[in-house]
Amino acid sequence: MRKPMTPTGKPTRREFLQGTGLLVVSFSIPGLLRRADAQSATTGKTVALDEVDAYLAIDARGGVTLYSGKVELGTGVSTALRQIVAEELDVALAGVALVEGDTALTPAQGRTWGSLSIQVGGVQIRQAAATARQALLREAAKRLGVPADDLIVEQGTVRPRSGGKQVTYAELIGGKNFSLKVDKQAPLKDPAKYSIVGKPVPRSDIPPKVTGQFTYVQDFRVPGMLHGRVVRPPAIGAILESVDESSVGDIPGVVRVVRRNNFLAVVAGSEWAAIRAAQKLKASWSAWNGLPEQSRLWEYVRATKVNKDDVTSNTGEAEKALQQAARRISASYDFAIHSHASMGPSCAVADFKDGKLTCWSASQGPHELRTQLANMLSMKDSDVHVIYVEGSGCYGRNAHEDATADAALLARELGRPVRVQWMREEENGWDPKGPPTLMDLEAGLDASGQVVAWHSQLYVPEGVGSNVKLLAAEAAGLPFDKGMLPGNIINNSAIPYSFPNVRTVAHRLAETPFRPSWIRAPGRMQNTFCNEAFLDEVAVAAGADPFEFRLRYLSNDPRGTELLKRLMSFARWQGRTSTRAVSGDIASGRGVTYVKYELARTYVGAVADVEVNRRSGDIRVKHVAVVQDCGQIVNPDGVRNQIEGNVVQTVSRTLKEEVTFDRSRVTSLDWASYPILTFPEVPDIDIDLIDRPAEKPWGVGEPAASVVPSAIANAVFDATGARLRSVPFTPAKLRAALQNA
Amino acid sequence: MATKTISLHVNGQVRRITVDDADMPLLYALRDNLGLQGPRFGCGLGQCGACTVHLDGNAVRSCITPLSAVGKKKIVTLEGLGSPAKPAPIQQAFITEQAAQCGFCINGMIMEAAAFLARTKNPSEAQIREALANNLCRCGTHLRILRAVKRAATRA
Repeated sequence: MRKPMTPTGKPTRREFLQGTGLLVVSFSIPGLLRRADAQSATTGKTVALDEVDAYLAIDARGGVTLYSGKVELGTGVSTALRQIVAEELDVALAGVALVEGDTALTPAQGRTWGSLSIQVGGVQIRQAAATARQALLREAAKRLGVPADDLIVEQGTVRPRSGGKQVTYAELIGGKNFSLKVDKQAPLKDPAKYSIVGKPVPRSDIPPKVTGQFTYVQDFRVPGMLHGRVVRPPAIGAILESVDESSVGDIPGVVRVVRRNNFLAVVAGSEWAAIRAAQKLKASWSAWNGLPEQSRLWEYVRATKVNKDDVTSNTGEAEKALQQAARRISASYDFAIHSHASMGPSCAVADFKDGKLTCWSASQGPHELRTQLANMLSMKDSDVHVIYVEGSGCYGRNAHEDATADAALLARELGRPVRVQWMREEENGWDPKGPPTLMDLEAGLDASGQVVAWHSQLYVPEGVGSNVKLLAAEAAGLPFDKGMLPGNIINNSAIPYSFPNVRTVAHRLAETPFRPSWIRAPGRMQNTFCNEAFLDEVAVAAGADPFEFRLRYLSNDPRGTELLKRLMSFARWQGRTSTRAVSGDIASGRGVTYVKYELARTYVGAVADVEVNRRSGDIRVKHVAVVQDCGQIVNPDGVRNQIEGNVVQTVSRTLKEEVTFDRSRVTSLDWASYPILTFPEVPDIDIDLIDRPAEKPWGVGEPAASVVPSAIANAVFDATGARLRSVPFTPAKLRAALQNA
Repeated sequence: MATKTISLHVNGQVRRITVDDADMPLLYALRDNLGLQGPRFGCGLGQCGACTVHLDGNAVRSCITPLSAVGKKKIVTLEGLGSPAKPAPIQQAFITEQAAQCGFCINGMIMEAAAFLARTKNPSEAQIREALANNLCRCGTHLRILRAVKRAATRA
């Protein structure tokens, strides 16, 4: 095991750990050290998904290192994944260090997306740890001359249950490889004996984050590094016609103006010089106005060519049943284009030396990004090394990858390390966007108010290829990914309710106005909004209580049923408010909603309480009650933190957020034009977790986000009788809906 | 343009830096010249609060504060409040309440709250919400931040 010393004499990770009992997971170590660290460790380190050594190492002092392909995006998984390892190996949590998202060191466990870090990544890691534990027990049995079944492990020390001679993990394996395949049959620890998993262990990254000691990618530096800024075109498809390099000649510190086709950047010795030069550089660009008119966005979506239909569910004969229904209800729902709008604009550092590229990036998919960068620069994957350094929260595929490509291109041009930090207007203007979503729904009721048919048609862009294209690659005329990848946005277009005739179809569109990508609960949020708000319309038409109505059609799902009943009690539901509480212009109401995420995993139900100003159209979400069943809970406080974040962020998206644009470009380029929820507007939240320690752990990073828009829409209807079918729920839209109510 | 040497009083020490533009925002001097990682670049427009530092005890947006306006004022950054080994009460309150997700906004939350608590004893929740109204958080950690500030207020 490496034993690094730092240039500044600061303690290493391990020494820090031993000194304080705390562990700094993301490095407080200066960048240079980590770089050397990664390179020296490259030799011989397996990253194969089926090898125990890909995930785990135990050093000569018994310290465990977890190598995780899943990365910390601010959700707390760096603590939760270490909990899983410590639990399964029976070592102290403080004795588990983490190396994350390093293409030379960690297995390619897939992007950190889709609420899968624990459900998939953690389960892979747990199985590797269980395999390691079995191997250690076998070896200990040999050395101690005691059957493995008679051995117990405490804090990394193995001894016979009855006492006697003992041996430590360090003595058994310290510094050596396991050289073992992950055994899918290796027995897992009985959850009834858990002492670390299931506990609200404090996150190890919070002390450095609240004291300025944490190194985000935005803080990352290497010696000799230059600062780059990309000059974006004034229109998305503009062609660069000319550049006047002399226009920045008077700014000290400017090293070079880099132009390659439509890629234009300045590189300077200081960050401020780069910023000033990028602002001042004179360039002329062609005109381009290929965006649709924002005021006619939904007409544009409806008129877009459909490349294919994905039928996401088809039971019975929905269209025939609709024709025969005693009563038919239909509505169209839409959901605006959203930006990830990360608090810190994207940033990366790259170094190109001796034909090899090293990038420090906050990409949620370092391995996938490596392949993209290698493709862009016509290099071998093995000559590109991507090292994850945590950045500002991304909530999906924001622009960290693009900043990395910018830095890589500039580092190759300059032959020196280059840091590229995006500005606010770049982040809002050029991050890939959550695409516009439109759904038409129709339901049929029989004479007794039973649902006999449900038919929905979703209009969303097609998913083609495996990556979101890199801006720098396209602008510079280098190879880039030609497809468009919005994420698996047809998920949850099918419904969890057992109506006799159901048909749900997704029309996959050939194009969408902006480069699409996934933003937290991609598609699941939009589709759940449409389905659950429309279901509320159907329940009203059927004269049914919305809880009772849902339960009626969930009879084949005991976990879903249990969750809704628990929510009913947790939220003290007393039936739909028959007389709406109105005092002056203020009306209040409650709305319920439910999701089974992807119809396959985490269950969430929510009740939102709103206050509506009927005159101004302002909506205030006062309170949200959430019940969630995500199976086994690894860290309950981490789960609660995620649910709180899901709710608050999605209240923001639902009430306020909409990317605005003219025919050439995005115009919502700052926090005034792309406002998000502020402290006075944040609702109170109560959370009830259904813990099932013996079940599989399911994802928590997104599911609770998917229920929020419909909970608010249904509550606003309860308060006012007005249906909101278009996110965001702006005051103007509510005033219009009130006139029609 | 000639370079200039400027003295800044930062976290109890006088630090000399060399810059070529006296109107450079204070944020870049703290981050790039002095290597501090508490104050963060979020917008450069004074809209989000991530860059907040104290100037003579007042919370200011360092991203829109030119160096030329700092003069002899005493600057305190997040690092100047406390360390992981010895956190300030407000930092400890954030740790106790686990009040961070990505944590990028937290510098601003703590610096704004510390300045607010220094002049407001026993604030109501509504007062805390108003005090932090111009500090943005994208992860949705607001309720934990409120709990942390309340906790710090009762310990102050």
